Amino acid sequence: MVPTTYYVALSAILFTMGVAGVLLRRNALIIFMSVELMLNSANLVFVAYAREFMQVGGQIFVFFVMVVAAAEVAVGLALIVTIFRTRKSISVDDINQLKG
Amino acid sequence: MKLRRALFILLTLGLLAIPAAAYAAPLLQERHGGGGANFFNLIPLIIVFPLLGLLINIVAGKRMSENWVGIIASSAAGLAFLIAVLQALSLQANGFTAVTVPLADWIVIGDLHIPWAFQVDTLSVAMMLVVTGVGTLIHIYAIGYMHSDVRHNGDPARFPRFFVYLNLFLAAMLILVTGNNYLMLFVGWEGVGLCSFLLIGFWFEKGANNVGNARAARKAFIANRVGDWAMLLAMFLIFWLFGSLTFDNVFGKVASIRLDEYGQAVITAITLLLLVGAAGKSAQVPLYVWLPDAMAGPTPVSALIHAATMVTAGIYMITRSNALFALSEVSMNTVAWVGAITALFAATIAVGQTDIKKVLAYSTISQLGFMVAAVGLGGYVAGMFHLITHAFFKALLFLSSGSVIHAMEHGMHELHAHGGGGHDAHDDDTHGHEEHDHQPSREAVSHQPHFDPQDMRNMGGLWSKLPTTGWVYLIGALALAGIFPFAGFWSKDEILLDAFNHNQTIYWILTIAAGFTAFYMTRQIWMVFFGKPRTPEAKHAGESPLVMTAPLVALAVLSVWGGALNLPTIGDWHPTTSLITPYGSHALTQWLDYTLHPETAGGAEASHGAETTTPEGEAAEAEGGEGVLNPRVAWTSTIVALAAIVLGFFVYRAKPTTVEEPDPLQRIIGPVFNWLRDKWYIDELYQALILGPYDALARFTAEVIDWRFWHDWFHDKVLASLFNTFARLTADGVDLGFIDAIANGLADLSKGLAARFSRLQAGYVRGYAMAVFLGVVLVLGYFLVA
Repeated sequence: MVPTTYYVALSAILFTMGVAGVLLRRNALIIFMSVELMLNSANLVFVAYAREFMQVGGQIFVFFVMVVAAAEVAVGLALIVTIFRTRKSISVDDINQLKG
Repeated sequence: MKLRRALFILLTLGLLAIPAAAYAAPLLQERHGGGGANFFNLIPLIIVFPLLGLLINIVAGKRMSENWVGIIASSAAGLAFLIAVLQALSLQANGFTAVTVPLADWIVIGDLHIPWAFQVDTLSVAMMLVVTGVGTLIHIYAIGYMHSDVRHNGDPARFPRFFVYLNLFLAAMLILVTGNNYLMLFVGWEGVGLCSFLLIGFWFEKGANNVGNARAARKAFIANRVGDWAMLLAMFLIFWLFGSLTFDNVFGKVASIRLDEYGQAVITAITLLLLVGAAGKSAQVPLYVWLPDAMAGPTPVSALIHAATMVTAGIYMITRSNALFALSEVSMNTVAWVGAITALFAATIAVGQTDIKKVLAYSTISQLGFMVAAVGLGGYVAGMFHLITHAFFKALLFLSSGSVIHAMEHGMHELHAHGGGGHDAHDDDTHGHEEHDHQPSREAVSHQPHFDPQDMRNMGGLWSKLPTTGWVYLIGALALAGIFPFAGFWSKDEILLDAFNHNQTIYWILTIAAGFTAFYMTRQIWMVFFGKPRTPEAKHAGESPLVMTAPLVALAVLSVWGGALNLPTIGDWHPTTSLITPYGSHALTQWLDYTLHPETAGGAEASHGAETTTPEGEAAEAEGGEGVLNPRVAWTSTIVALAAIVLGFFVYRAKPTTVEEPDPLQRIIGPVFNWLRDKWYIDELYQALILGPYDALARFTAEVIDWRFWHDWFHDKVLASLFNTFARLTADGVDLGFIDAIANGLADLSKGLAARFSRLQAGYVRGYAMAVFLGVVLVLGYFLVA
């Protein structure tokens, strides 16, 4: 059986990749995907520990996360489409009207 | 219209009757009750009547005809005279005892208690009789005179105003003489000064450069201010020394207090200050300069105010204060010398004048000098006697001169109306009664627009044109010159006798002055009435109407018989030893003695019928035979006067024949005459000594002190720069540097902070994400470490 440590390590790697993606990329879609990556890395940790401690709560939390993620994607994609329509760009660096 | 007027007059008389009846009713009852009847309570009416008269003329004067205005004013004066007569009768019934009639408390402040009360004694009643009696005659005369004067000067609407002023003057003068304290006297003193000012400047828009009359009025007012200043100081000192201003209290204390050296000095100061006051009001050296200029007023004013009444106020005041003057030898001598010097000095100036009224003005100053000299020598009776007779004959002379001027103006209009000599049409409005002393009179006639109807050089030969005026003028001149048996002889002789008995130097000064008097009056009579008319105006002169000549005749009678008021004892004839006692012998002496020497007067116990049997007051006898005709004095003065008349006759008999011809006297005494004509250059001297420096000082204070120092330097430089500096300090230092700095600093701080923080809000989503990330790392890190 694959030790839990591996899952956690993988999750950490995925989360780090997600963070890096959010922080470094400019394309809003990529950032979105990186956020999904972070959410899913968290899911991986949930299910890994759920199996480790044989508790169902972690599994349930994953469902919640997936629902939230789906809802977020729905809203987020709609935003991105709208932004693209007005600005012909989805680079987050171009969207800076609210700067101080 | 007639009916309304009649109703109005009736109403007025009714109104006048109410207070009279109110006063008289209890008196009459008293009289029926028997004993002690008197009219003293009527005394306030003597002031009320003139006041009523002036009020009526103020309210209705413009709507009434000139005659009614004159009648109301004259009857106010006449009723006042009636009251004065009633006072005299009451005094006689009362044994000549002085009475004080209180009316109200006037000023009560601490120790200062001044009632509004009337002093009725022989002295004040004598003054009341003169003021109201002569005043009434002058009022009547003025009706005629002002009728043509207002037309001559081109403003008939001013007629009522003249009578309002005259009545106001009477009221003020009566306050002056009836007051029982120095403050009331001062109220009247100022009141008559005001009226004098108003009446001198009656034609205020006329005169030299159209301000001559106004300037003359101002001069009179200011010269009197000097005297009034001294009067006020004297009153302060009197109150300080005696604690009262009431005559009775002051003079009562004089008898009882014992004066140390210090008190003596204060008394001397008081009396000298009173003398300065008298010098201002009675036109004595050195304050006399206003009186000649005061001739700018209409002639009745000159007669009433500047000859008969107001100018005698100073003599009245000194006589009234005789108890104070008696305490100071120095003051008495000063008074006598001031009077003597004035008498001679003014008499010399009168010789050189060409204006008919100016001669009389200087003559008045001279005669006032006689009176002041008399009171200074202790001859109060002589002074008052001369005051009364002078009031008669000088009022007569002034009014007659007014009649002459009136006649000359009449001649001018006559010429004008008949086109004689091509009169300039604007004659009427270009000249009033201005003076043209130094103007060489140009070609006689009417071509000159500035024909002066008062210049004696323009007259001549008026005797036949003005028969009445001529005769009364002659009588007045003889009385003034002191020729037997006219009034002036008796009164002047009494003054000379006083001087003869006390001070030979003053006696000779006065005798010489009397000689000058006779000379200038001869000169005037000759230049005005005799010779040939020197101008066409004089040829066309016409006699004045009856309303003017009637008072003249009345005054002429008084000038002839006025001496009977106080006949002296002649030779060794004595009223007590003689079977024949002429009525009037020493009458005034006895009459006034009840006030001047109440303790000895009238033999004190024999208070009834004093003027018939009583011997002359012991006081008079004690003073060395006063009241006895001294043949030496009488003959000397008569001879001097007659010599002067003869001299004058020979000098002026045939000259001048034309207007341009110089005064014949000028040929004889040469440059001296110029000095006389130019009044010894006293006006110029005052100009140089007082007015010039004063003017320079005023200019200096105005231009240098006030303008350059205060305005330019202090105000503009010091104050402004100080203010600017301070303002800059507060503005730049406090406001900008501190208050604004705080506010700006706070603003800058928040702005800076905001700027710095707003840089965080860069708009880069990744930046925000990074911040969130770092925050999370920080928080987690904290938890991990903790």
